[in-house]
Amino acid sequence: MTLSVPNTALPDTSLAVRPVEVRDLDEVIALDAAVTGLAKPDYWYELFHRYGTRGRQQRFFLVAEGGGEIQGFVIGEVRDWEFGSPPCGWVFGINVRPGARLGGTGTRLLEAIVDAFRRAGVTKVRTLLARDNTLVLSFFRSQGMTAAPFIPLELDLEAVPR
Amino acid sequence: MKLQTATSLALVSVLEAAAHPDRQVSASDIAAKYGVSIHHLAKVLRELGRAGIFEATRGAGGGYRFVGNAKRLTLFDVIELFEDISARSPEASGADPATDVGRALARILSEIDEIAKATFRSITIGTMLMLVERERGAQPRAA
Repeated sequence: MTLSVPNTALPDTSLAVRPVEVRDLDEVIALDAAVTGLAKPDYWYELFHRYGTRGRQQRFFLVAEGGGEIQGFVIGEVRDWEFGSPPCGWVFGINVRPGARLGGTGTRLLEAIVDAFRRAGVTKVRTLLARDNTLVLSFFRSQGMTAAPFIPLELDLEAVPR
Repeated sequence: MKLQTATSLALVSVLEAAAHPDRQVSASDIAAKYGVSIHHLAKVLRELGRAGIFEATRGAGGGYRFVGNAKRLTLFDVIELFEDISARSPEASGADPATDVGRALARILSEIDEIAKATFRSITIGTMLMLVERERGAQPRAA
């Protein structure tokens, strides 16, 4: 068994999912740092400018607020014609405060971004994450996501000689 | 990745029982439904009982009841009770590790195995039951 987070979540009805605002960023940064062990304020402010303020027709950065706190966030965008693939929604970040997990927060966030993708005119949602990220993989599976007809590839690059 | 017979029996037994955790399932019912040996199945069910996934009730009307946590228990957890798919050797893949070609082939087969294992780890019994329901809904109704 890999999921061991206690269910101490707020009731689902207490949550409001809405677009991120600049005042939320400190809590988003803290949540991300608590989960990943690495604080990345510059990254999050840059992401806010790219996804939180501009291009809201195709880019979405949403937060779930409950009990006066940010309980989680989700980020995604519509990607067009990558290697000939018709436009689809991409989720590339989702996180829920450890104490709020298993209470439906992730589901609410995913539903909200999926609705945004639908309004943007796409009918497919994709994501990509590490094979050993069992927690989030299991979450997406529980939401009905299945393996996509793609194979992720990577290449180790040699350092550029100075 | 091919699963052993006992593993496949364990998976179908867990899914059958977890679909109705308030009911007992009997080895004979599962054996009849899937056309398998009741003797072989009984050993599998006992192992699931030892692992704390099933609770056995003896006597008339006895059987097995699913007592695991369907939201936590994964396909991988069940598979690992019956076979070790964590460490497949190059020999097990059929590739000869004494040759460059064999090692290169083993690397590709290992990639495939890793994807299979990650898939088993990411799917809980609860998620599988949703897929079963979806399959049931997709089947045309008998006339």
